[in-house]
Amino acid sequence: MSTATATLSHPHDPGTATGIPHKKLLLWAFLASDCMFFGTLISSHLVYRQHPPPGNPVATQVFDIELTSFSTFILLMSSLMMALAVNAIQRGKVRAMRSSLLTTAFFGLIFLGCQVWEFWHFVYEKHMTITNSIFGSTFFTLTGTHGTHVAVGVLWLLSMYAYSFKKGFDQRNAVDVESMGLYWHFVDIVWIVIFTAVYLLEYVYPVSPVR
Amino acid sequence: MAETLARSNFIGAEAPAGVRPVTLLRRPTAKTGLVAWLTTVDHKKIGLLYGAFAAFFFLLGGVEALLIRTQLIVPNNHLVSAHFYSELFTMHGTTMIFLAVMPLNAAFFNLLVPLQIGARDVAFPRLNAFSLWVFVAGAIILNVGWFLQAGAPAAGWFGYAPLTSKLFTPDISADLWTVGLQVLGVSSIVASLNFIVTIINLRAPGLTMMRLPVFCWMTLVTSFLLILAMPSIAIALVEVIFDRHFGTNFFEVSNGGQPILWQHLFWIFGHPEVYILILPPMGYISEILPTFARKPLFGYPIVVFSGAMIGFIGFGVWSHHMFTTGMGVVATSAFALATMAIAVPTGVKIFNWIGTLWGGHLRMRVPMLFALGFIWMFMMGGFSGIMHAAAPADTQQHNSYFVVAHFHYVLIGGATFALLAAIPYWLPKFSGRLVPEFWGKLSFWTIFTGFNATFFPMHFLGLNGMPRRTWTYDADMGWNTGNLVATLGAYLLGIGILIYVATVIWSCFKGERAGPDPWDARTLEWSIPSPPPEYNFAVLPTVHARDAWWYEKQHREETAREEAAHAKDEAAHGGIHMPAQSWYPLFAAAGLLTAGLCFAHYSLAGSLVGVGILLLSVYLWALEGPGGYHLHPGESGGGAPDHAKP
Repeated sequence: MSTATATLSHPHDPGTATGIPHKKLLLWAFLASDCMFFGTLISSHLVYRQHPPPGNPVATQVFDIELTSFSTFILLMSSLMMALAVNAIQRGKVRAMRSSLLTTAFFGLIFLGCQVWEFWHFVYEKHMTITNSIFGSTFFTLTGTHGTHVAVGVLWLLSMYAYSFKKGFDQRNAVDVESMGLYWHFVDIVWIVIFTAVYLLEYVYPVSPVR
Repeated sequence: MAETLARSNFIGAEAPAGVRPVTLLRRPTAKTGLVAWLTTVDHKKIGLLYGAFAAFFFLLGGVEALLIRTQLIVPNNHLVSAHFYSELFTMHGTTMIFLAVMPLNAAFFNLLVPLQIGARDVAFPRLNAFSLWVFVAGAIILNVGWFLQAGAPAAGWFGYAPLTSKLFTPDISADLWTVGLQVLGVSSIVASLNFIVTIINLRAPGLTMMRLPVFCWMTLVTSFLLILAMPSIAIALVEVIFDRHFGTNFFEVSNGGQPILWQHLFWIFGHPEVYILILPPMGYISEILPTFARKPLFGYPIVVFSGAMIGFIGFGVWSHHMFTTGMGVVATSAFALATMAIAVPTGVKIFNWIGTLWGGHLRMRVPMLFALGFIWMFMMGGFSGIMHAAAPADTQQHNSYFVVAHFHYVLIGGATFALLAAIPYWLPKFSGRLVPEFWGKLSFWTIFTGFNATFFPMHFLGLNGMPRRTWTYDADMGWNTGNLVATLGAYLLGIGILIYVATVIWSCFKGERAGPDPWDARTLEWSIPSPPPEYNFAVLPTVHARDAWWYEKQHREETAREEAAHAKDEAAHGGIHMPAQSWYPLFAAAGLLTAGLCFAHYSLAGSLVGVGILLLSVYLWALEGPGGYHLHPGESGGGAPDHAKP
């Protein structure tokens, strides 16, 4: 592994052995760990859906797949906005970055809003709660954890937005925005997996309910 | 993309020089006293703190063990109640694994890794301090039950569902256990992320991965194991917590839950966990044997590769803890095969250690005795482990004292002996004093004898049917002699540990003074003064070969020339850049402690207060920026703090 490529940018900084900034490497490792968190939650859901007890909700009768498809699309678009924000700050365009960040957060909030509506709908109209069935327990824990990740991301986005108004915020802060971008894309990808394994799967490989 | 990276200024920069930091609380500058220790970000101080706390809990776990053994000294004993006995074996296991061995390993990660890779500190010093204080928070949550009516956790160190459900454990001891472990998990994951970035990114010039000391490799593999395995138990704990607090059905059979899921999720963590416990000790041994055999480690690449293989295969054997649960022939066979396979890289390492000793000039100092003891005792633990791998035989051994014998041979004979070797070996570096040979060797022989007297009989107790975790036994089972010998052995082991601890403490104050390199060793930590200065290296070394310090000793002129050139560079840059101390890691951990304790007591308000403190601390931590100040070699203590350039 060559050391000649380590760039001294900050006079007191010996550089990094790989050329990847510390924060970015940290976030990649964190995402590997977070994968395992979601993997365990998704596995629990997939294991339990195989043996539904009597009274377990029938997923296709509960889900509003059109709404969820819409919110999935919105989240995907938010990732596009995030990519634009990162690109903007890498070119030093702080104003463009700010508006892209705000749009990302806005789309994230729409996603969350759809989740809230969906949960309310499941609880009060379809009578599926986190406690009254195993499907409810695994579904709400998994999607709730994901929603919490999105909410944390939105907070992070808005904090970064506010921070970008401070004097001195410029291209050198790109690593922070990139790290945030990695997190946001990760949350989006996890949702794609959840949408597939939890929602779409029920339509393709339904489990026959126990009478 | 690469061009953008190359053009922009941010490669490697910890903080953009642009934005001024927001400091609500000034960065503390105390170098001695309580504040210095509470706000330290110095990996050496953090390592010592981990070690001190871990030593305390090791002794506490030992007391719990002696109470267990005393209860079992004779049949039908009534020294303690059955419930208290359950608390004892639960807390003995939980304490020894999570509050003693893991933090002792963390102590060595902290003390050694930056020095061995030629760095001044870890990649994220404040995050490092956070890991330490969160560990303390977790330790408090786990042990506070001793002082409460609910009592300490009593569902076993592996807390099987549905024993941990509200129905079978209505008191909050189960909540303290689940929340306490969850908090400890945060500490472990955060620390591991830090060490992964440190080892990959902060290596000195010339230090390629295949020139890393084996201990650093083991730290890296262990860190990856931690970040990938802990999520499994974290989610399993979430599921138990949700069942207890919110009425979900994860392990509620009447509504579709299956307790066996807990076993799978726990052991998917639990098996990598035992490799997390043993890989760093294998690292210590791989450093100590070459020094006292005066030979380089035999087969370095294969030792490293075997360590990685053990970590990798370790994810595929978890259900060997579940052979008797009726998984079916295919699953049982697959896990039995994988378990036997993992013995291969383990055996390869042992052969390489023997190869290191073979033909060497052996010096029987205290660390070497413990290291040799490790090789033999760990092998014995491995032999009983291989016996478990045969699933039909395991049907008799499971849940018997044979298992207790196996894991104590690998955990005491293995992990603990390696730790007991590492302490006198590296004590001279960090305290500047040596452990006296006579008392060190006396403690070794006492511990060795006591340990074998305690646990060897347990093989036979297990094969003769004595089950684990039973409070008492009848007089006509044929187990009386075995238990009596084991208990007497345990007292001898306890005495040996006391001699050892007393010797180490005495050595810190009155031991013979050591120079920088008392053992004529091979790795970079021995190239700096004992104890090391705050900045570790006056000049960052350039590495030319494995066993970098040994190379420097053989090439003194070349080394001196390089150092002179680098010293000029560093002085021209304004001196050595040191990270500034901070209050926020401590405050954030306090927030997590508050949240955890309140949540375990079902207090929503308290939990929210705790989370609020945590979030506020994290925000202020981010806003205060990395800070830092400059030192020149020979100086100690905070120079004028750097202010961000406008």
